[in-house]
Formats: sequence, structure tokens, C-alpha cells
Amino acid sequence: MATESPTLSAESSSIPKKSLADSTLVRMAKYMSIRILTMMVTVVIGVYLTILIANMGGYVDTIMRNEIRDSTTQSILANPNYRGLTPEAKQKLIQDKIASQEARLGLDQPFVLRSMRYLVNGLTLNLGRALYMTSDHGSKEVRLILLERLPATLLLTGTTGMILFFGSIFFALSLSRNYGSWIDKAIIALSPTSSAPAWFYGIFLILIFAAILKVLPFGGLVDSPPPTNSFDYGLNVLKHLILPASAVIISSIFLSIYNWRTFFLIFSSEDYVEVAKAKGLPPRDIESRYILRPTLPTIITNFALLVIGLWTGFTITETVFVWPGLGITLFRAIGAYDTPVIVGSTIIYAYLLAATVFLLDFVYALVDPRVKVGGGN
Amino acid sequence: MNALKNIIRDLFRYPSAVFGMSIILFLLGVAVYALVTIPYSEAVRLWRGGEDVWYQNPKYAAPAWFNTFSKIKRPVSFRVNTLDESMSKTVTSADQDISSVEMVYVFDYTYDTPPQEMNLYFTTKYDKKLPFVSIIWYTPDGREIKIANIALENKVTYRFSQDLKLQKSLKTEQVMKALFLDPESETPTVVKGQYKVEIIGATFEAGSTIDAEFVFHGDLYGLAGTDKYRRDLFLPLLYGTPIALAFGLLAALGTALLTMVIAAVGTWYGGWVDELIQRITEVNLVLPFLSILIMVGTFYSRSIWLMLGITILLSIFGGSIKTYRAIFLQSKEASYIEAARAYGASSSRIIFMYLIPRMIPLLIPTLVSSVPGFVFLEASLAVLGLGDPVLPTWGKVINDAFTDGALYRGLYYWVLEPAILLMFTGLGFAILGFALDRIFNPRLRDV
Repeated sequence: MATESPTLSAESSSIPKKSLADSTLVRMAKYMSIRILTMMVTVVIGVYLTILIANMGGYVDTIMRNEIRDSTTQSILANPNYRGLTPEAKQKLIQDKIASQEARLGLDQPFVLRSMRYLVNGLTLNLGRALYMTSDHGSKEVRLILLERLPATLLLTGTTGMILFFGSIFFALSLSRNYGSWIDKAIIALSPTSSAPAWFYGIFLILIFAAILKVLPFGGLVDSPPPTNSFDYGLNVLKHLILPASAVIISSIFLSIYNWRTFFLIFSSEDYVEVAKAKGLPPRDIESRYILRPTLPTIITNFALLVIGLWTGFTITETVFVWPGLGITLFRAIGAYDTPVIVGSTIIYAYLLAATVFLLDFVYALVDPRVKVGGGN
Repeated sequence: MNALKNIIRDLFRYPSAVFGMSIILFLLGVAVYALVTIPYSEAVRLWRGGEDVWYQNPKYAAPAWFNTFSKIKRPVSFRVNTLDESMSKTVTSADQDISSVEMVYVFDYTYDTPPQEMNLYFTTKYDKKLPFVSIIWYTPDGREIKIANIALENKVTYRFSQDLKLQKSLKTEQVMKALFLDPESETPTVVKGQYKVEIIGATFEAGSTIDAEFVFHGDLYGLAGTDKYRRDLFLPLLYGTPIALAFGLLAALGTALLTMVIAAVGTWYGGWVDELIQRITEVNLVLPFLSILIMVGTFYSRSIWLMLGITILLSIFGGSIKTYRAIFLQSKEASYIEAARAYGASSSRIIFMYLIPRMIPLLIPTLVSSVPGFVFLEASLAVLGLGDPVLPTWGKVINDAFTDGALYRGLYYWVLEPAILLMFTGLGFAILGFALDRIFNPRLRDV
């Protein structure tokens, strides 16, 4: 028996290996292209819905009409060729130009056609110009305003996401090893605190560390004026990052640890883990081979959910901490009724979400043997 | 019935569940009390009211119980009125037309700081000849200060600090300090003891009357303090309870039930219905939930009920639909469903009478656990300035406090009071949800 089984398995695995590799590649390609297609369709539908919502109030139309009126009036009044005309003639000229401009942009067309144009503009990130807001460099291009804010958002989401994810898994593993200890009980008792969102803990953190102790700043990304030295600049940003990042982490770490710990506990009572223990394998090997490996797809799915949660949940935290990311830009755009920016940042969110989902799908396909070999069911 | 009894018995074995339930019961009690004592329209009127409703309160006053915990005792606000006889009024008639009116209020002042402001509100009745009053201030150390002499039209408001004449005669712009601090002392110390405000008035017609209200704006007020607009914060704290509970419970219930029905319909009919539901779920994942709520709030209406509707609509096609679908797919094959089909039960009968009721036990923990999320969502929208414009809610108080820089200015009570209430509500439901989860999910029981 002992000599037979390796040869058997070697035989059975060596013969179909080549064709398997081929089919795996084909399957992977097929799987990925289907996913890309569905994600694209999903994004298109999502963005279109957003445009519909933002248009039902007639806002985008009004914006475009205003923009045309402003630009044509300006150009005609500034044009020296028209200086000789009477005010009435000028007005007529302006009205004519506006009408032709509106016709050119399709504002005289039915809404269905126009909404399609908006959709194409939005999807190609041709987001137009902001009504009131400008980027730090003075541009009114919505795309530039939003791209300028992206690094700050990514800094906050990236830092907190990584700490939360790896921190809680690491901690949960060690808890599942000695569950029932007082730390374990404390985590269980603390996990309901995650029902409050990050901005809520942010208020308390600002109160304690900024208002009372005065050791950390109330908010913002850097001091003003910012340090000139890039090392000091980095340190200063880190100092400003502490409170918002802590707020995000505190608001979900306990529940996250609790969930992982419960999950790992369920898996570590499986028979094959017991066998591994009976064989006398070191705990680290048991963890990495028999607990982490089969739970990997779940871990990755949860990572996806976490990242998606981080994208969507930051508007308020950024607002409370005056963190100059996408979220606060969106909030300010709402305050200024700057619809192109609102729609633009919605589209960026949609893209980021889709990209996250897609990327994780890809990783999932790499890790999950069922997706690779059998196509899954 | 028996099952319910078992659940309740199980619940009492978890001390945390009992704790959570008592918080929820307490909040429900507060909510009922708020709705019974203050009708909806009255709450809106008070919350939207300006100076005319809230003139009796100081601005930015901390709760009165702060004095219990503080070394420096700060003055507590009060008001007295001759109309309800909390301020004494004696009328003596000299002849038919002329009478003199004496209104006196004596109060003990044992606080360490002078008050924000003192106001007198006079209401008079006369035909042609205006009544006349002079106001005199008596301090505990025996000083007598002439405040003002005024002829009174129908309604007159006299503000001590804003009287330029009084400022001139006291030789300072800080009237309150001049009236309450010891002039002999080098460091500013309040003269403690009995102060007396005396108003001696005269009317010059038969049937002419004077009434006065003495409003004393201290630094502290009531159980919860006041905000920028002098509004008593107790109102939004009290009335925010039913609103928060209604929003949280309705959103949780609506979302959970609709999700379940949709999942059941999808799995039962299968085919394109199921496919459609799954695709919608995916689109919904890409749609930025908060941004859409924000856009709806900005473009259309900030009404809390519209927000509730949109919240439910966007949450129905969430991740839980997949979990329910998986379970329904199993129970669809169960033999009792087959039996139902065999006797000719309609699809809707099978879905609503056989498939869904079996899932209710699974639904309850999810439902209870999702309440805090929705309660905080309402608060989050308010913090973003998208709270219902007419309703007093906890989130609105936090929003007001933030716009006014309450944390920079040390007005911590303003933020902490609604925040603590939010936390209690969230914790109550979350703790109960946790316990229910353990009861309904036997897999979790041992770990």
C-alpha cells in the first residue's frame, strides 16, 4: 500500500498534466474575459443609473446650458470684431450662437440620446469642467480636481486596510490557538462596538487627542505652511494620519478579529487538523497548511468586501477630519451644488470598485483550485 | 409559541443579551414618552423656533449638573414672571388713575462667575398714557445701583448689557461684571449673597397694567444645555430617540423582509428571474451607496422618510441576498415543498407560507444586528448636512456642533450628549444581535 500509492498518484497526475495546463490557461482566459465583460456591463449600468439620478432634477442640462451661455456671451463680448454692433444686435448674435451650440451638444435632442452621450463622456473620464470648484493648481477640470485628491484617499484607505486586514487575521490566529483566555473574552465583549462608524470614533479621538490633550492635530493632511523638507513633510503627514486611521481601525478591528477567530476555530476543529496535530506537526505548520490554506478563498473574499467597504465609507470620516481626499471633495461639491464634480467622483468610485472587484476575482481564480481545474460550480 | 419561549429562556442565559434588551426597552420607553408628551408638529415647531420661542435660554449653556462635578460653580439660568406669580408684584392705587406697581425679585447668588446676561421683558396695557418704570439693583454688600428709567410701550425688552447709558454710568462695557463683582477686590471675585432686582413702576390710566419677566442667562441650563440658537438640547435628545428607532427598525425590517422575499421569489422561479436578481445585485455593488443618498438629498429632498425609502431600496440587493439564495435552493428541494406542490399549492402560497416562514429564525439575528448600522446611517447623513431639515435628531445636533466648532471651543457636552445616546442605541442592538446569533447559530455556541 505504502509503495503503491505514490506511483499511482504520480501516474494519474503526470499523464493529463499537459492537457490540463492547456485547458487551465484557456479556462482562465475565458473566465477572466467573461468577468471583464460582466464588470464592464455592470459599471456601464451603474454609471448610467447615476447619470439618470443626477439628471432627473434637470441639473446636468441646466449646467450645460449655463456653461454655453457664459462662454458664448464672454467670447462675443470679448471679440473686437463685434465691438461696432448695437447691444440689440449683439444680443441676437449671442442668442443665435447659443442655439447653435445647444444644437451641437445635442441639448435639443431627446433625453435618451443625450443621456447616452453623458454616459460615453463619463466612461471615457471626459468629466467636463467644474462649476465652482478648482484644483489646487487652479484648474477647473473635474478630472484634475479628482485625480489630485486620489493619493490622500489611497493613503488613508491603504494604510487602514492593510493594518486592519493583516492585523486582525494575525491576531485572530493567535486567539484561536488559546481561545477562552481573557483577551479572547475581551475581544468578544468589545466586538459590538464595531456597530458605530469610523467618524463616530473620530469625534471621540479628536476630543481627547486634539481638544483636551492637544498632542495631535484636529484634521487636515499637513500643517500650514507645509514643511519644505520632504522628510519632514512625510513625518507631518504621518502625524495627521494617526487620528483618522485610528478611527477607522478602532471602528472595525474588534468585530473583524472576532469574525476571523470564530471562522478559524470552526476550521481548526476539522478532522484533518486533528490528524495533523496527532502527527505532532508544529503549530505553525498546522496553521499555514491546514487552516490558512483551505480558508484562503474566504480570506480573499473578505478582503474584497473590506476594500469595498473602505472605498464607500470614507466620505464622512474625511469630512470630520478635513482629510483632503475624494470623500471630502464630494462633500464640498454637494455643499456648492457642483454637479459635474459629484457625478465625476461617483464615476471614479464606480471604477475603483469595479477594478477592486475584478482584481480580487483574478486573485481568487489564482488561489481557488476549483476555478483553475474544473471551472467551478 | 413554544419555540419563542425557548428563545427567550436562552436569551436570559446571556447577561449581555439582558443588558442589550434593557437598553432597547429603555429607549422604547423614552421614545413613547417623547411622542406622548410632545406631539410631532410641536416638536418641529420648537426645533425650528427662533428667538421668540427660546429667548428665555442662554446661548451655548452647558447642562446644569456640571456644577456638581466642577470646582468653579457657574451660574444656572432661571426666569421669573409676575404673571405666574414667581416674581412678586404689588399694586397700590393713589387715586383713580394713577397707581404705582412694585415688582421685586430676590435671589441667592452663590456662584463663582458672573452670568452671561440679564433681560427684562415688560408687557403693558394702556390706552394713551405710557406707563413708566425705574429699575434698581441691590447687591449683597449694600450697594444700590440705578439701572434705568424707561417709558414702556406695549412690549419692551430691556437688556442690561446692551444699555449704553448704563455702561456709561458704570464706567465699563462689561455690565455683568460691574453688577456682580466686588469693586474693592483686586482679583475678580463675585460678591455672594442675596441680590435684589426692584422695578418701581407707575401707570397713569385706569385699567393700565405692567407685567415683567426677569430672564437670567447663566452659563448653565437644564438637563442637557443649549446650543447656538438658545434651543434646549433636551428636546432633540428626547425626540431624536423615536426618530432614530423608527429609522433603524423600519430600515432593518424593510430591508430584511424584502431581501428575503426577493431571494425566495428568485430561487423559486429560477431562470431569468433569478439571473436578473443576481445581475441587479452586482450592479448595486458598484453603485456608491452613500453618494447616491447624498445626491438624492442634494437634488430632491432631505426628508427622512424619502431617505428611508432610498436606503431600503439600495440595501435590498445587498450581499445577504446570496446567503438567502443558497439556503432557499436547499429548502426548495425539501419533501414538504414537494408535498405542497403535489396537492396543487400555488407558487405564491409556497413562497409565502412554506419557504419564507422557515427562514424567520435566521432572519431575526440579522435584523437586530443591522439596526445600529441604519441608526448610524441616519446620523451620518445628518453629520454631512443632509439630515431632515425640520426634525430634531441626534445627528443634527452633532452636525450643528461641528459647524459651530464645538470641539475647538471646548463645548464638549454639545457633541458628547448625542454621541453617547447614539452609542447606547448602537450597542444595545449590537449586543442583542450577537446573543441572538449565538442562539440561532448553534455552530457558534461552543466557540
